[in-house]
Amino acid sequence: MTITDTPTTPAPAASRRLSTSKAMVEAIAQEMERDPSVIYLGEDVGAYGGIFSSTTGLLDRFGPDRILDTPISETAFIGLGIGAATEGLRPIVELMFADFLGVCFDQIYNHMAKIHFESGGNVKVPMVLTTAVGGGYSDGAQHSQCLWGTFAHLPGMKVVVPSNPADAKGLMTAAIRDDNPVVYLFHKGVMGLPWMAKNPRSIDVVPEGEYVVPIGKAALAREGKDVTVVTLSLSVHHALDVAEKLAGDGIDVEVLDLRSLVPLDREAILTSVAKTGRLVVVDEDYQSFGLSGEVVATVADRDPTLLKAPVQRVAVPDVPIPYAHVLEYAVLPRPERIEEAVRRVVGG
Amino acid sequence: MTTDTQLSTPSGAASARALDGEARVRLYETMVLCRTYEEAILREYHADKGPGFDIGKGLIPGEMHLSAGQEPVAAGVCAHLSTDDGVTATHRPHHFAIAHGMDLRKMTAEIFGRETGLGRGRGGHMHLFDPDTHFSCSGIIAEGYPPALGQAFAFKRKGTDRVVVAVTGEGAANQGGFHESLNLAATWNLPVVFVVEDNDWGISVPKSACTAIPSNADRAAGYGIPGERVEDNDVEAVHAAAGRAVARARAGQGPSLIEVHTLRMWGHFEGDAQGYRPELAEVPAQDPIPRYEQALRAAGLLDDDAVSRIKAAASERVEDAVAHAKDSPLPDPAQATDHVFA
Repeated sequence: MTITDTPTTPAPAASRRLSTSKAMVEAIAQEMERDPSVIYLGEDVGAYGGIFSSTTGLLDRFGPDRILDTPISETAFIGLGIGAATEGLRPIVELMFADFLGVCFDQIYNHMAKIHFESGGNVKVPMVLTTAVGGGYSDGAQHSQCLWGTFAHLPGMKVVVPSNPADAKGLMTAAIRDDNPVVYLFHKGVMGLPWMAKNPRSIDVVPEGEYVVPIGKAALAREGKDVTVVTLSLSVHHALDVAEKLAGDGIDVEVLDLRSLVPLDREAILTSVAKTGRLVVVDEDYQSFGLSGEVVATVADRDPTLLKAPVQRVAVPDVPIPYAHVLEYAVLPRPERIEEAVRRVVGG
Repeated sequence: MTTDTQLSTPSGAASARALDGEARVRLYETMVLCRTYEEAILREYHADKGPGFDIGKGLIPGEMHLSAGQEPVAAGVCAHLSTDDGVTATHRPHHFAIAHGMDLRKMTAEIFGRETGLGRGRGGHMHLFDPDTHFSCSGIIAEGYPPALGQAFAFKRKGTDRVVVAVTGEGAANQGGFHESLNLAATWNLPVVFVVEDNDWGISVPKSACTAIPSNADRAAGYGIPGERVEDNDVEAVHAAAGRAVARARAGQGPSLIEVHTLRMWGHFEGDAQGYRPELAEVPAQDPIPRYEQALRAAGLLDDDAVSRIKAAASERVEDAVAHAKDSPLPDPAQATDHVFA
């Protein structure tokens, strides 16, 4: 089952299918048509169309005044986005890989995320920072990280992570319209790129026209009664694959796609865990001090007696992402590890 | 004295404009207002830090970086701006905020951490954000430059001739953000005037020990833009250089870089005993304000009465702002988590 639950928007009537990247681009194009203050800037977002196809066709459609290739100067152009946002534009700024945040993080966490607070609410920074995350294709330790927990840890940024085409569109629309900085992390493995192995769910039905997925609402990607898998991004696809497999063994897995880290839909986590009593958290980010711990703490803070069994975490075990394929797959939350964790938590 | 290190006057007009007497007196008034302000903050800051010196204590807690001695830079540059133009300043921002026309009451209330402050007490003296004057500052060295590019980009895109002045100290010229910003502004021909306040000291380390060349203005050549160094903390030379740079920016001719050799009269922050500074005894004699006052007296533009009047007016405005801040309510601790998101 691949339909994403979107409570505030009716399910699409048409069955038009798009890749995640095309759905993301469609949202950007529609918002650029609607609002002349929206611009997109970053490295190779013009003629190339984004290394991960995040801007395909936008230069032809909107021209170089609104689709801007930047120098390889992330501090300068992210800061440019911030200053432009404070003066009324709605910039979408692309950091090619989340791994590159080290060269520009000051603009992100000390400026983009803090100006609204430091100004006592008098200055708004309505910008979207898009960035590619994730591994699985042997790009090594500096081009494969997720790092969403790092963004989410620091106050002042909303953080969204779509796992499928419809959410990619709906969350992008919401992010552009939001008056806050929104970090929009797209996993390379869900974009539906022709040059990278992809899960079939990375091409799916996408509503035409205006489509908004509210930021801060998790989606029940699959209903189940035995165990809750809380996850996001590409791991949603793996979790659904595992759930389908385990259904044959009589294990009924519920898969919760967080979609947003900030704000985090804690109620959705608690509701699901209250139903199943068993929790597996699958997170492609590093295990310690991050999202998986936060999800577990959400349950522990509210009511640890909801749990009938110890929690299982399937994350990157605090090691840089290795290059060799067999090593990388040993540390990523691949379906085999998810299945093992689910079986363990249900006592199978 | 002004040393042109690269291109000279663009299209002539602005720099050729001679300062009339009224404009010269205005520069003096601005400098006096800035200094009067810093003296008042100095007084209030130290009034309740004892016994001894506890940085977190008192009505104005925390680090305090005051700008005494650097007034010629702010006065000379901001004379060319209106409040529609932008300024991004540094951790030492007061003189630029004042010269750019920030509301003294709101500014001072912020420094006192009050609910009536620019940031409702969430920002503090290094984080003054004023949409009315398009002013911001950053406590991180060189990181105020990149947002200035964005303001300039927005101004240009709106078809206006508004400009942005981006300020740093000389230490910032060794940061990546400085160089990235100069390159991007030059490449995109943005209306930015980059200003470097060279006060010789990066906290305790002299410029000579950390910068490979004597004039950061020379670095402009690396980006194909005009660079100009102003010596002697001379407000009129700053005014002339800034006039050229602002005129260029308004005319759509792109960014410029100005480095002003200025003077940090007091410590890097309050509480800094400056034991590392061998020339400390000579500093008071280099105070730019009495020097300019003498020049204007000699030119017949100021006399005792005028000086008293200007100082009294400044004092009245500053003390009004301080009293307003002290009378203002503190923020409610129950609202400490407000304003993270819009």
